[in-house]
Order: sequence, then C-alpha cells, then structure tokens
Amino acid sequence: MPPRFTPERVRYDRRYRTLDKYRFIVGFLAVPLAFYALFVISPFLQAIYYSFTDWSGGPVANFVGFDNYQKMWNDDRFWDSLRVSTLLLVIAPVLTLVLGMFFAYMITSGGRHRRGRAIAGVAGSSLYKVVYFFPQVLSVAIIAVVWGRVFNTNSGLINGGLDKIGVDGPAWLGGDETLGLISLLIVISWSFVGFYVVLFSAAMGSVPQDIYEAALLDGAGRARTFFSVTLPLIWDAVRTGWIYMGIQALDTFAICLVMVPPHVLKVTPVFLYERFRDGQYGYATSIGVVLLVLSMVFSLIVMRVGNRDRIEY
Amino acid sequence: MGSTSVNRREVMKRAAAAGLLAVPAVGALSSCASGGGDENKAEKGEKSKKNPLGVKTDAGLTVYIFNGGYGDKYAQFVTDMYAKKYPKAKPDQKPTEKIATQVQPKLVRGKPTADVVNNSGADEMNIGKLVHNKQVAELVEVLDAPSWDDPNVTVRETLVPIVEEMGRFGGKACYQLNIALTVYGNWYSKKLLEQGLDSEYPKTWDAMLAVCKKAKAKGIHGWSYPGGHPRYMFFSMYAMFAQRGGRDVITAMDYLEPTAWKNDAVKDVFEAWEELVAKKYVLTGFDGTEAHTEMQTAWTKEGKCVFVPDGSWVENEAKDTTPKDFQMTVGATPSLDSGDKMPFGTLYAPAGEPFIVPAKAENRQGGLEWLRMMYSKEAALNLFKEVGSLPVVKGAIDGQKLPSGTASAKAAIEAAGDNIVIPKFFDWYNELFREDFNNMIHKFMQGQIGAKQAMDTMQKASDRILKDPDITKIKKV
Repeated sequence: MPPRFTPERVRYDRRYRTLDKYRFIVGFLAVPLAFYALFVISPFLQAIYYSFTDWSGGPVANFVGFDNYQKMWNDDRFWDSLRVSTLLLVIAPVLTLVLGMFFAYMITSGGRHRRGRAIAGVAGSSLYKVVYFFPQVLSVAIIAVVWGRVFNTNSGLINGGLDKIGVDGPAWLGGDETLGLISLLIVISWSFVGFYVVLFSAAMGSVPQDIYEAALLDGAGRARTFFSVTLPLIWDAVRTGWIYMGIQALDTFAICLVMVPPHVLKVTPVFLYERFRDGQYGYATSIGVVLLVLSMVFSLIVMRVGNRDRIEY
Repeated sequence: MGSTSVNRREVMKRAAAAGLLAVPAVGALSSCASGGGDENKAEKGEKSKKNPLGVKTDAGLTVYIFNGGYGDKYAQFVTDMYAKKYPKAKPDQKPTEKIATQVQPKLVRGKPTADVVNNSGADEMNIGKLVHNKQVAELVEVLDAPSWDDPNVTVRETLVPIVEEMGRFGGKACYQLNIALTVYGNWYSKKLLEQGLDSEYPKTWDAMLAVCKKAKAKGIHGWSYPGGHPRYMFFSMYAMFAQRGGRDVITAMDYLEPTAWKNDAVKDVFEAWEELVAKKYVLTGFDGTEAHTEMQTAWTKEGKCVFVPDGSWVENEAKDTTPKDFQMTVGATPSLDSGDKMPFGTLYAPAGEPFIVPAKAENRQGGLEWLRMMYSKEAALNLFKEVGSLPVVKGAIDGQKLPSGTASAKAAIEAAGDNIVIPKFFDWYNELFREDFNNMIHKFMQGQIGAKQAMDTMQKASDRILKDPDITKIKKV
C-alpha cells in the first residue's frame, strides 16, 4: 500500500512492514511464477502421476501402483542403457571441464607477458574464443549427422586420415560398445567445450590482476599459478559447470539417437523414447521420473562434494 | 531505508525459494489422458448404386500421407479422383514425414482431424496399440463393397489375399489395408552371376556356398551385410525358417510360444548362416545410419559382392548407382536340403504401406471411399508408375513394361503361389524384430555369437514380450 493510504497505527509496526515488503515482492513475481507453475511444475507432477498408470495413449489410464517401476527393475535393456548413461555422467563432465579450463586458461593467461602485464592470453586468443564457441551455435541434429559421417568406417574423415598413414581405422560405430562410447564422448565434449571456455574465461577475467602479479613475483610458473590461484578463485563456476554438464550428459538424446545405431549402445533417454514410440506412455514416464531423481541426486552430490569456503576478492 | 526497500539480492534469493515451492493447484492433475468419449458423429449420406459406402457428398475429407520414399503424388492422384466425384467435398491432402507427431495426439483425444491415414515411416503409430485402444475403424466394409471398376466384383476379389490377412489382429476384423507388395529375398546382378561367375542362381545352400567360393576366387564377396541396419539379414533368413520346418515354425514365432525359437528348423538355418559367416564370405564395414545405401553402392556400382539381403524398394533406391546392364534380380531363399518342409520358391512377400481410418473420423465413410478408389485399377497402375512397386490389385500392371527388378519380383510371387510367408509379429510385436532381432543378429554376423546363443537370445526376448503387461497379446483363434 502506498504510504499515503497506510493507516497511522500500523505505519511503524514492524510486522506490517514485513508484510508490505513481501506483498511487494509477490506482486512483481506473480506472473512469472504462475507461468512457471503452469508450464514447468505441473507437467512434472502430471508425469509423476502417469508413471503410476498403464496409460498407452488411449482414453484410459488405469492406476497400477508401482508396476512400471517393477518392470523397469527387471528390464535388462533399461540397466544396459543406464550403465551407458552413468558412464557418460561420470566421464563427460570431467573431460569437458578439464578441456574447457585448459583452453580458457590459455586464452586468458597462457601467453607471454606482453605490455608489462602480469598475464596475457596466447597469441590469437580473441579469435580462439569465437572459434571454440562455434559448435554451440550449430543445431544438435547437424552435429550428430556430420560427426556420424566423420566416424564412418569406410569413407569417414578419421579412418580416411588413418588410411593415409597406413593405419587400418576401427569401426567406430560398428557395434563395439567401447568404441561407440568413445565416439559419443568425443562429440559431446566437442559440442559443449566452447560454452565452458566462455564461462571459465569470464570467471578468470574477474580475478584481480594484482594476485597474479604477486604470484609472478613469488616466482610461480603457469601451472603453479593455475592450481594455486586461478582454480581456487573460480571454483564456484567450476561447480556450477559440473552440475550443468552432468545434467547435459544424462540428457544426451539427439546425438545418440541420430549418430549411434541402436544396436551399438543406447542412453536411457533413447530407451525412454523407444518406449514412447511403442505406445507405452506409462512405462516411459516412469523412466523419465527415474531420470529426474538421478539428476537431482547427482546435483546434490556435486553440491556436497564441491562445497568449499568461498574466497572473497 | 524506506518502508518497502528490499535489496536486489534478497529478491533473487526469495524468488528462487518461491519458485521451488510454487506448487500448482491439484486441478491441473485432472486434465487427464481421458479425452474424447463422446458419440461418434460421423457424417453419413444415402447409400446408392453409385455411392455404395454412403458417403456424404459435401463432407470434407482430410488425407494424411507419409512423405517418404514413395512421396505423395501417387496418393494425390486418388485425392483428385475423390475431388472429381465429390466436387463439394474439397478433399485436402497433407504430406508429412512425421505421421505419429501429426496425427496421434488428436487421435488419442478422440477428435481426429484425419479421415484416412497412411501410417508408415520411422514415425509410424504403433498399430497394435491403436487396435487395442479401439482408435481405428473396421475396414471390412471396404472389402465387401463393390469394386470401383466393376460393381459385380467386390473389392476383396480384386486384391491378393494377403491384404486382408495382414489387416487382421488375431480375429476376423481387419483394421489396416496395404497397397503395395514388397518382395524380400536375395538380390543380385544376373549379369555378374551368370557371366562373371558362370553360375546359376543357387537353389540349395550347398550351391550357395559354392557360388561364394567361386566369387572369393575372383576377389569378390558372395554376401554383404549392412552393419548399421543389422535387421536387413531377416529379409534373407525369414523364409528359410518356414522352408525348413513348415508353417508351424513361423506361427509359433508369431504367437510367442515358449519354444518358438528353440526348434531344429531355426537351429539349422542359423547354423547354415554361421558357416557362411565363418568362411568370411560376407562383405562388412558398412556402419552408421547410411549403411544400406553404402552397401547398395558397393553392390551395384563397385561390384564388390554378389548377393544383398534386401526388399523390392532397392531397385528404386539404388537406381542412381545401378549400371544399365546390371539386370537386378531377386532370388528366393535356398533350400537347406531335401528334408525341407516347404519347397524352394517360398517367399517372404508381405503387402506394405498400410492405411488406416480413425474410428472417430469425422468423415469415416469418405475415408473408406478413398481407400476403395485407391484399389481401382487406374490408381493402382498410377502407383506403379509413380513409385515402381507392385500394387496389390490383381492384374493392374499386366502388359506394362517392367524394369528388371520389378519383373523378377513379380515372377517370384507367381512362382511362390500359395507359399507366401508373412511374419505377423512384425506388426504385432515390432520390438521383437526392430530391437531384439536387430541387436542379436549384429553379434551373430560379427561372429561374436553362434547359433545356440542366437536362439537363446531370441527366445528370451520372445518370453519377455509375452510377460510384458504393456504389450497387447494376440490370441490364437
């Protein structure tokens, strides 16, 4: 309420002031929150409800309790896909973040000391920043198709190159699960690394110069500077990136569906999609719910493990 | 600080908290899957001699066609026929590559906008589920109706018998109608086989191995395998199961019987192929999603292999790489020995390109009428001219000049007579073929597993489907 209309008796009452403050906030957030509830929260809850039914796309959805979850527990195909997804969840973030950090560090402080500055990027770093980000701009479907050709056994870029040097390249997507997983990891990392280069560059850019100068005076080399100065100071960004990349890895759907033939390997979202395709909507949503729980658990674990005291600078 | 001063950081923090706690009204949950359920207000007109299905002449008609290898021009021909007969109806044809995405949501809600649907392609709707949910109309009415060209003959009498059989789901009722015949088998170049290798088409497995040996001496492979799509091997194996053990073997597979994949006939066929694989007669290295075209190019353009497992669409699909004098031909699967239960020439030749009419279509009779027109002689001939495949209408392409592959496919069907075999589980339990057989046969073709594990894997998959409450089972009648 505007001050003019506020009755005199409550004007200086602390409880009223608190109420007024919250009313102000809620007033501003009402519309976005309503949207969020309608388009994000409610589908989630509906999916959870459907996961307890035998809905098959028809007009009837019977409540079946935990039947879908029981079926999942006994379904070898689900466990196979989950094994692949878990491997991605563990390896992909580490691989991508390490690469992203290395590139970002090189761009911001890997160069020679020019113009009397404590740190500088390698030559051409402003160009690299842009180039690394290219894969982010491409549509996932295009990435999957193009890389599918690159990995082609007979006429692909990789095996073609290996032929030139007299090495008989393997069948990357020819049925061997390990090779398939390696191919998938390469593509995922390649397509996401640019995002993390930008994220970490921004984080490193906000680290004050004088800390670097001090490190330089103390005789720290590049690696030492990175581990003792840069990494601790950008830890928050790393943790955020780790969670985000983990969720992305769990969510690898389009790349796997388009690029990897289904008999080589499947990630859980592809398995889920196939169940939808066969009209098993109830079962498919229950797999979705398990994925949701997994993402949550993963985020919580990383939050716990990655929890360090914040360094104020 | 003013009375309502809140600093920015606090707003953000609170917003996040509020977002997590914002729970929508439970009312949102009641918007359930249970759509529809209202009376079927299908448009109906007067039945007459000229209008045997009782089409309401001015009711609109919407046709959804899968726009894939066949395109949709062949269907536009029929839609134009409809427009000519019912000018007030203004039929509308919608080509799409994503049939399920376009059609299924409305169909599920019981308010389909489509009156007839070409349910085909990678994004086809699961027909078994549609039948189970009573979302597709019975089509016997079309088959019983007088045919377009001759009112004294029913539509059924103008078609090859497998059309009705393939529309059945364990009962007499027919829910889908196919329009083209696909012939599966061993495709080869007659020129290469007869002139290059100086051989006849092998009618027995021993002869097949002999041809492969000859080919190997010439530095080419007898067989090829599209590793990106392992399931292609089924096209050259399936008829052999029936040939070896009789129809009982394949019926047992269709009805998921507990020993369907464990009998001697299946074992013999797998062992025959195992020998072929072990002798390294198979050309491999076609991986990834374009495997089939890579294989077909190696076969047609480069002449690297004699036989490919394929279906009759291959002639059209590979026409850009096929030399003029290639003489593409399809051969039926070889017999194993004189102990076979069915003769050489037994053919895996189903009808394809299924059409359905939604049960609650607004102009259901119009949809049925459209199908009756599709089965007219002129539409069947036009289908052949557009896409080059064999129509299911008897005699529709008599007297036409056929390309080599189509001619051999037609000859193979005529030679087979009644010995046409069709895997019903292909429609009923598609995952058994598309996933389980596909994954198993890849290991098999790579030599990682033998006949015994192949049989075990398939039986286990068959049992899993039998036990799965989410999959509607078709009971033996």
